[in-house]
Amino acid sequence: MESLIELKDIVKTYKVGAEEVHALRGVNLLIRPNEYISIMGPSGSGKSTLMNIIGCLDTPTSGRYELENVPVHEMDDNQLAEIRNRKIGFVFQTFNLLPRANALHNVELPLIYSGVPAAKRKILAEAAIERVGLSDRKNHKPNELSGGQRQRVAIARALVNNPSLILADEPTGNLDSTTGEEIMQIFRSLHAAGNTVVLITHEREVAEQANRIVHIRDGNIAEDIQNR
Amino acid sequence: MTAFLIKLWENIKIALRALMQSKMRSVLTTIGIVIGVLTVVSVASIIEGLNRGIAGQIATLGGNALYVQKYPWVSMEDFSKFRNRPNLTLKEADFIRERMKSAEAVSPSTGTRQDVRYRNKTLNGISVTGVSDRYDVVTGLVIEEGRFFSYSEIEREKNNVVIGWEIKDKLFENRNPIGEKIRIGTTTYTVIGITEKRGNFLGESLDAEVYVPLGTVFKNFGWHRSLTIAVKVNDPAKVEAAKDELRFLMRTIRKLTPTEEDDFSINQQELLTEMYNKLTGGLYTAAFGIGTLSLLVGGIGIMNIMLVSVTERRKEIGIRKALGAKRKVITFQFLVESVIICGVGGVIAILLSFIVSIIISKITPFPSAVPAWSVFMGLGFSALIGLFFGIYPASKAARLNPIECLRYE
Repeated sequence: MESLIELKDIVKTYKVGAEEVHALRGVNLLIRPNEYISIMGPSGSGKSTLMNIIGCLDTPTSGRYELENVPVHEMDDNQLAEIRNRKIGFVFQTFNLLPRANALHNVELPLIYSGVPAAKRKILAEAAIERVGLSDRKNHKPNELSGGQRQRVAIARALVNNPSLILADEPTGNLDSTTGEEIMQIFRSLHAAGNTVVLITHEREVAEQANRIVHIRDGNIAEDIQNR
Repeated sequence: MTAFLIKLWENIKIALRALMQSKMRSVLTTIGIVIGVLTVVSVASIIEGLNRGIAGQIATLGGNALYVQKYPWVSMEDFSKFRNRPNLTLKEADFIRERMKSAEAVSPSTGTRQDVRYRNKTLNGISVTGVSDRYDVVTGLVIEEGRFFSYSEIEREKNNVVIGWEIKDKLFENRNPIGEKIRIGTTTYTVIGITEKRGNFLGESLDAEVYVPLGTVFKNFGWHRSLTIAVKVNDPAKVEAAKDELRFLMRTIRKLTPTEEDDFSINQQELLTEMYNKLTGGLYTAAFGIGTLSLLVGGIGIMNIMLVSVTERRKEIGIRKALGAKRKVITFQFLVESVIICGVGGVIAILLSFIVSIIISKITPFPSAVPAWSVFMGLGFSALIGLFFGIYPASKAARLNPIECLRYE
């Protein structure tokens, strides 16, 4: 079957002082297009490291990583930046919006880095903001928006370049439960529209909304359950 | 090219937004650059002013004129040493006129300072030059109205006078002075000519002078004075040879033995030009020294503030990198920012230097003008400083690890 992400024997070792930390100890994982999958685990389990590697923010110490059959594990900084720009849409726990830029400009950022001309950029960014239902707030700066609205801007930004994968790291971690539910609703609809969504979380209720749950413990995959 | 310009424009917008965020800091950062550029441009404008004024004046002395005088114009030695030299005499001037082959014209002259009076107006301490008939040719003096002295007027030591433009202006205002009588010291002279306006030389007006026949100076103001013997060389290409001939003639008439030093000086415009060039060269060196130093200090200030800015904006850098900004994009963004800070400093400095230039020409005798090249050089240099000192912080920003940056709050 076709694979979107293929991780083979991924090992990640950090040096903290003189001590070696084994964050990942040989992870094998296959994610197919249009899956809705959550990666779960307590803090220190290695799930953040796994997310960084899947998100091409980091490279494994050893092992193979193929994204859409392209080996990315041996790419350099600039090549990874291009992969992140074109294939991955990030949604962070702390939103990570540029505070001085308005919502529209924040959503435009990935398009700037992929060299889309200004006029087309504006059209695409407005469409993405429309999808998360924030058209009336597009000229507001992040500090003029509520937490839920900020996360919607971040989701619009993640969508705007039409990525192969939406990677959300604790997307509801800084939100109250009602707002969190609204955000989860958006992810469900994105999945329904054909997107691949990878959710990193330590909350069971959040993780259980996905169709497949992968449990990480001590740098290994402990369980891989088909949820529905 | 257009893609680059668009990218540049995007980055300029980003940079301006970031700089507006910390206006005070940005302005303070530029001070070093401002001082550096201001120093260089101000000195350049003073020298430009001098060039327009003085260099022109020196040139009017005539490149092919030699002046035999008691004192040298430029000397490293104590001037008291020259005081015991014998005065230059008319006999010596005649000797040179008869014998010198490379001379087109020889014109002795001498000077004194006297009060000049017309009706109830008196000008004190005016320079009075006693001249011979070819003086105007030798020194390049131009008569605007009336005429210069004829040979017979000089010979007969007539009490006629040619006055400078400023003397005419102050004594006669709008009246025509030709044919009028003025008193110089205790003698009455008839005005026969007015010289063309020449301007200032080191703050002293060259137009506040009067010229009378040489003989009348001796007759009316005393015999004990030294002459200046001006010699116009007939071939401008052979000034040095003419100078040797002149020196030989002077040594001959003064009967100097080969071991004796010259007891006279042969001056020429070149000496003044040399001195002037040395003076302005020194000024330029000093200005560039101070300018370079403050630009260096300013540049280090820029580097420092950019490093602070990179640290402060780690989160922003992390976000941009996560969203796909490559190293060169981040580098470019921060370089544009440091170049803009420096460019703003350069612009402030140029504006200030125009003000300084106006103040200088108002309160000092020096004319002052900001030369165009110094404006471009000032802006260019400040941008270059921004580029040079921005490289390290920008490349540091570009190399930051996005994961660590995103963790930073």
